[in-house]
Amino acid sequence: MSWAEIIRTGLEAVRSHRLRSGLTMLGILIGVAAVILTVGLGEGAQDKVRGQINALGSNLLIVAPGSTTTNGVRGGFGSASTLTRADAGALTSHVVAPDIRAVAPTTSRSAALTAGSSSWTTSVVGTMPDWLSVRARAIGTGRFISGEDVAGHAAVTVLAATTAEELFGARDPVGQSVTVSGVPMTVIGTLTAAGSSASTNEDDQAIVPITTAADRITGGAGRDSVQNIYLEATSGHTLSAAYQEADYELLARHRITTPTAADFSITSQQSILSTATSVDRTLTVLLAGVAGISLLVGGIGVMNIMLVSVTERIREIGLRKALGASPRVIRRQFLVEASVLGLAGGLLGTALGLAGAAILPSLISDPISISPTATVGSIVIAVAIGVVFGVYPATRAARLAPIEALRSD
Amino acid sequence: MTPTDSTSTDSTSTDSTPNDSTPNEAGTGASAAVIELTDVRKTYRSGLFEVAALRGVDLSIQEGEYVAITGPSGSGKSTLMHILGCLDVPTSGLYRLAGEDVGGMSEDQLAEVRNRRIGFVFQQFNLLPSMTAWRNVELPLCYAGGPRAERRQRAVDALADVGLADRVEHRPAELSGGQQQRVAVARALVTNPSLILADEPTGNLDSASTEDVLALFRRLHDAGRTIVLITHEAEVAAAADRVLQVRDGVVTADSGQAARALRTVRA
Repeated sequence: MSWAEIIRTGLEAVRSHRLRSGLTMLGILIGVAAVILTVGLGEGAQDKVRGQINALGSNLLIVAPGSTTTNGVRGGFGSASTLTRADAGALTSHVVAPDIRAVAPTTSRSAALTAGSSSWTTSVVGTMPDWLSVRARAIGTGRFISGEDVAGHAAVTVLAATTAEELFGARDPVGQSVTVSGVPMTVIGTLTAAGSSASTNEDDQAIVPITTAADRITGGAGRDSVQNIYLEATSGHTLSAAYQEADYELLARHRITTPTAADFSITSQQSILSTATSVDRTLTVLLAGVAGISLLVGGIGVMNIMLVSVTERIREIGLRKALGASPRVIRRQFLVEASVLGLAGGLLGTALGLAGAAILPSLISDPISISPTATVGSIVIAVAIGVVFGVYPATRAARLAPIEALRSD
Repeated sequence: MTPTDSTSTDSTSTDSTPNDSTPNEAGTGASAAVIELTDVRKTYRSGLFEVAALRGVDLSIQEGEYVAITGPSGSGKSTLMHILGCLDVPTSGLYRLAGEDVGGMSEDQLAEVRNRRIGFVFQQFNLLPSMTAWRNVELPLCYAGGPRAERRQRAVDALADVGLADRVEHRPAELSGGQQQRVAVARALVTNPSLILADEPTGNLDSASTEDVLALFRRLHDAGRTIVLITHEAEVAAAADRVLQVRDGVVTADSGQAARALRTVRA
């Protein structure tokens, strides 16, 4: 009997027990759809994080203030304001740090902005002209803050897209006046939107010269300290050289001899990315594992039904043997039935998974990226499960002695 | 005899024994014997006991004969039928089917012999309910192989042979018992086998259908078919030309031998 013939017979048997076949497939279907969706959700979350981190800029190093030791107690990173504008200034030297292209120290503080009758609270970021290139942002209208603005402590501000819209609506904000923490400033430009993958608060901020922020907004003792220093390396290859130059210079400036006692930390985009995605990956593996178990349970369902099917069709098996079916043909017939159940379950599960991936993001606002590997893989696994769990029932059917099979009533 | 709770040691072991006896045509060329049994014995092991179902059967059935094997239940006629049908193999003794030694054949070879040489008709009809009449008749041809169009043609022709040309697309449930059994006969005929083996073919039929089926067998016999009919009903056995009585695992009476003896005397 040819394979085509055996497959036709197997399909017929699946079709003639519609309800039972359907329920058996359901187990596989749910398993496959679950695998596709969980892997898709995990990949989606990773893509989102990757997008947000990449949107920070390229070849980026971030220097953050470190811990302080007060009365012998070490505080956490970020608890001190150990970085100053002078530190940032030192790193701009091409002698000290030849592999650093641009430096942007930032201070950030939440403040109320008022323009006419509208008011909006957002973070006011004090920085230098290089911020634009370091953070890979672009000017929409007007211009960015200049070196003269910084030197002259100019009362000017550049608004990010959302902030500009909240304060001025459709009007052009450039040239308009806005009050920041009670200080009147002139809007000199706006930023374009940071892109869909960036976190939303990238588009909601007001940029002012760092000197203006120190004088008029921060003030007090902390006026010379900065929250972060963003460094842009000259290229991806010089990233680690830039890291070492910055590390060395800052240790020297802070008069620290043991690198482990540093009062600042330098992180790269890559290290942030790997930390962020490793958490997501662990979760994805865990969820996909649970989904995989449901696929396995579906496979056991296939075996269960195939065993019932062999017992129920014992007369049919006996008859087929009497009419000339060899054990091999009988075994193949049942194997084909089991694989058809697996394959159909796998394909329907994929369809359900893809449909879910199309519908779910609009309901839960989490992106789902369909992984072709997971999709093809789960179909293959579904068929494999059908075959593996079909072997035992099929072998039982093939071993039945024809007279025993024909005798049962 | 039906040893319901026993397992045949032979039928399960043939699977693993390699076939070392090739079909031996020598000595059978002279006679046109379809079936030749020489001292065939069959023993079932049932727990601690050995049950001898056949205790040395010698039997020869020629091509074109119409033979009824009859006997009370437990006589061994079912076992004999299983061995004749290659559904089971003898414990000892020789069985030649159309000249081929069936003993020592592998499961695969037995399947092929059943497919090629034997057409079965069962008491329960054993039609597959999900298939139409012609698909049921086609089934043995599927295992033999061959182009689909030709298989369908042969199945339809076989149905026409048994008078069911207008029932080709009917499913078993849409047919009467007599019609179902005729579909089963068509299925037995379709491979053009050496032997038609009918196991209580009228056991589930009313008297009208019984006569129907017996008339069909008569017609097939007249057309030259070799038919072996197993039955416990004397009236059904009477329809055959030769009647074998089986009792306690041996053939106790053979009307054919008497007839042949008579022919020998006359010659």
